[in-house]
Amino acid sequence: MSASQPNQFGTGDPHDFLDLDGLLNDEELLGRDTVRRFVTDRIVPDVGTWFEQGTFPVEMATDLGAMGLLGMHLEGYGCSGASAVAYGLACTELEAGDSGARSFVSVQGSLAMFPIWAFGSEEQKQQWLPAMAAGEVIGCFGLTEPDSGSDPGSMRTTARRDGDDWVINGAKMWITNGSVANIAIVWARDAADETGRTIHGFIVPTDTPGFAAHDIPRKMSLRASVTSELVLTDVRLPDAARLPGVSTMRGPLSCLNEARFGILFGAMGAARACYEAALDYAGSRTQFGTPIAAFQLTQRKLVEMMVRVNRGMLLALHLGRLKDAGQLSSAQVSFGKLDNVREALWVAREARGVLGANGITLEYPVIRHMNNLESVFTYEGTNEIHTLVLGQAITGINAFNAPGT
Amino acid sequence: MNIVVCAKQIPDPAEPGALDPQTKTLKRDGKLILDESDMYGVEMALQLAEAAGGGEVTLVSMAPDNKVDGLRSGLAMGAAKAVLVSDPALAGTDALGTAKVLAAAIGKVDGAQLVLTATESSDGYTGTVPEQIAAILGMPSITFAKSIEVRDGTVYVKRQTDAGYDEVECPLPCVVSVTAGVVEPRYPSFKGIMAAKSKPLDQLTLADTGVDAGSVGWGGGGQEIVGIEDAPAREAGEIFEDDGSGVDKIVAYLENLKIV
Ligand SMILES: Cc1cc2nc3c(=O)[nH]c(=O)nc-3n(C[C@H](O)[C@H](O)[C@H](O)COP(=O)(O)OP(=O)(O)OC[C@H]3O[C@@H](n4cnc5c(N)ncnc54)[C@H](O)[C@@H]3O)c2cc1C
Ligand SMILES: Cc1cc2nc3c(=O)[nH]c(=O)nc-3n(C[C@H](O)[C@H](O)[C@H](O)COP(=O)(O)OP(=O)(O)OC[C@H]3O[C@@H](n4cnc5c(N)ncnc54)[C@H](O)[C@@H]3O)c2cc1C
Repeated sequence: MSASQPNQFGTGDPHDFLDLDGLLNDEELLGRDTVRRFVTDRIVPDVGTWFEQGTFPVEMATDLGAMGLLGMHLEGYGCSGASAVAYGLACTELEAGDSGARSFVSVQGSLAMFPIWAFGSEEQKQQWLPAMAAGEVIGCFGLTEPDSGSDPGSMRTTARRDGDDWVINGAKMWITNGSVANIAIVWARDAADETGRTIHGFIVPTDTPGFAAHDIPRKMSLRASVTSELVLTDVRLPDAARLPGVSTMRGPLSCLNEARFGILFGAMGAARACYEAALDYAGSRTQFGTPIAAFQLTQRKLVEMMVRVNRGMLLALHLGRLKDAGQLSSAQVSFGKLDNVREALWVAREARGVLGANGITLEYPVIRHMNNLESVFTYEGTNEIHTLVLGQAITGINAFNAPGT
Repeated sequence: MNIVVCAKQIPDPAEPGALDPQTKTLKRDGKLILDESDMYGVEMALQLAEAAGGGEVTLVSMAPDNKVDGLRSGLAMGAAKAVLVSDPALAGTDALGTAKVLAAAIGKVDGAQLVLTATESSDGYTGTVPEQIAAILGMPSITFAKSIEVRDGTVYVKRQTDAGYDEVECPLPCVVSVTAGVVEPRYPSFKGIMAAKSKPLDQLTLADTGVDAGSVGWGGGGQEIVGIEDAPAREAGEIFEDDGSGVDKIVAYLENLKIV
């Protein structure tokens, strides 16, 4: 029988086929392994229940903070100041647990802390960043609106100057951590600028009168993560709450660029978890008298998954090295977000099939990851939007607006 | 108060271990990690130093091939410095030899008043090294600590027993072995991980320790491993249909084993 013939083509490590660990230094490996251990101990055992109940244990924020995972690639103000690669690897490990955990860390660090760090005043940085790095203050990021998603420049939320204050009105939709946040970074157009190009970011304490957050129920994806609608009715804030460093769409877009970087690593964590579950299952599940891993059809699935996971990690590491060298362009980040998330979704769906009926239960991680990745596919720029970014980057032609509009 | 923690670096228990048929010992040529059993000691030492409002935690280890990954984990958790003894001449050293080397290394740590170890390592688990270290250093030893407090030069230990715990106290300096699972070892922070690479890590050879080369290594042990064999496969159990006489059969079986 062929199975008993010697392995004439050599063997490979199913968990690190390309020896990508060899591309990491000792410090990167220790950081990666530390987060992996945390995820194994603290997230994996309970995440199925969180997903089922539609909750994320917000108390975990201080543990994540103690490890330095919040705002981890930012310098100063109680942040870790780790490298981009270290941050990316942490995202991979968190998302191998659940996309909800990675989203929590992405939103806190890249979407809520980053704008304060990059565009805030010294007082704002001192006031908020150390407590946010420690996980004592939770932030959210309000850009998307009910009628403004892929085209955030069309936002309707306005900020109107009233004496020394600002008065904000509008609604934000699909906001991760909205109802559990202590502060919201809210992006609003300046009512005084009729062109609509002046966009301000505000640090809005969520106990400010006129601010309300309502959770979005009945999600089938990213259930171990809170998603909310924010309603702002005559929310009055002093000018000291406005981020002074930016007043165009560059503000929110640069935050998204940071978060997408984490996602292109993170998605491969979810993909890896699915591949490993499928590999393990295929080796132990017997049908027609053999483990299903012995069928050529199954082997093809496992190999396709393994190849995509390794390729995606290689891409992520390459982009991470570019970022650490200060050479990563936002279009290159789009490349990573576009390709790694769609490949992760492909891997998750394929793994789902390998597990048969077990693939649809929360006893295995696969359908949870598969459903989560549908959100990851959509947020931080949909697949289509990143395609248009790359299309414009290589042709020089902007195709965001339909012909004739 | 300065505290020394013995930190054994062992092959990752998650990877399938292998015995070297030539030396009849565990292969240790791959990556070594900090033995989880010793993480409790590191955590306790850090807590004690914090409670004392100062003092350094020093890690001491003996390992092959100058391996330091496990020590870096302990430094990332917060230990101040580490001492590693590594020397080809130490290959094959038995538990007593290990204790001699560790005791010599501990002797080089300034002002070490408390030495913490695990009760047994995860890979060798002879559980003999701590008391041997204490004997060599001429210090009292307390085993199976579930909690440790230090006040005015005296260490107060709750010592785990089958029935509960004993309260034991003894003067410093002393050696205390810490039971696994009694504290929650912190996860290293990223700041700690980045700081770890610039913390002092002294690498000593056998000669540096002053331990007699004849008392360690393959030749130095008072023991020889004459053979290694796979554990015999367990025989299938006996199956009885319960026809009403089940209880009698169980009692007879246990009587036969002299359990009842
Ligand atoms: C779980 C979850 C959490 C989220 N968290 C946050 C958050 O914390 N903060 C925040 O601000 N937002 C958040 N979002 C919102 C997310 O960023 C938006 O959903 C996303 O930008 C897409 O917007 P939309 O849903 O309005 O879709 P639309 O923009 O309406 O898009 C619908 C479809 O049309 C396609 N499309 C749109 N324009 C074009 C075009 N020019 N050419 C071709 N196709 C196009 C899209 O690709 C998509 O397939 C979250 C979303 C989810 C699902
Ligand atoms: C190159 C090399 C070859 C070896 N060959 C042999 C061999 O042939 N036969 C053999 O019996 N052993 C061998 N060992 C293992 C070594 O001798 C063991 O450390 C020793 O036997 C202790 O046994 P144990 O792990 O059972 O200790 P235990 O008494 O179970 O350990 C209790 C505690 O003491 C401390 N401790 C023990 N060992 C160390 C250490 N090395 N560094 C720091 N702290 C420590 C730890 O806190 C540990 O939890 C070898 C080690 C090396 C480096």
